[in-house]
Amino acid sequence: MKALYFAWVRERIGKAEEEIVPPENINTVAELMAWLSGQGESYAAAFAHIKTMRAALDHTHVKHDALIQNAREVAFFPPMTGG
Amino acid sequence: MGARILVRVQTESFDGAAEAARLAQGCTNIGALVSFTGLCRDEGGALAGLEIEHYPGMAEEEITRAALEAASRWPLEGIVAVHRYGLIRPGEPIVLVITASQHRFEAFAAASFLMDYLKTEAPFWKKRHLRADDSGDWVEAKAQDHAAAQKWRA
Repeated sequence: MKALYFAWVRERIGKAEEEIVPPENINTVAELMAWLSGQGESYAAAFAHIKTMRAALDHTHVKHDALIQNAREVAFFPPMTGG
Repeated sequence: MGARILVRVQTESFDGAAEAARLAQGCTNIGALVSFTGLCRDEGGALAGLEIEHYPGMAEEEITRAALEAASRWPLEGIVAVHRYGLIRPGEPIVLVITASQHRFEAFAAASFLMDYLKTEAPFWKKRHLRADDSGDWVEAKAQDHAAAQKWRA
């Protein structure tokens, strides 16, 4: 699936997007974040404050316990500051 | 009759008065038109500009969702929502929300709802660039904005 990162999540990881292949036992957004945080120092830094982090599946905001199922795109970002 | 909804996400600036005139054009059933413009302030001269990042695709979809919800909550004649991204200098507009209805209550309420929603749910992030140094810092989400958005869910 495609993973997108925004704002300081993008800066810490050092890329805006990538193709990821999570293991089959990853079912929820929270599990995906935990798995990603183990993918290296930059990922650990980006996912250091998981509680405050927001996620979206296929352009829709989701909670951390949401099931990934067949989502094609996942995005991680800090709380939004638009307007 | 449904509200006319126009949503745009763009780098270019916009003319709020022209957008309002366009929304009202040919529609003689509008009794109230509320227009809100959010501008980039210079924070007492300290700020060089704001860099606004957005999630292309989702930004437009999320604002449209908010506009549709506003139109379902209040009897509106029209909605315009424009949000910019990229580098924005002090004094320049960032966001525009225009709501039109037959009476003022609905237009005021819908505009307020849309702005509260845009602040907390639309995928945009602001980075401050100061005059004093080259580094930027990400604006942190405010609890006050979150509370303002939550009150519509009560």
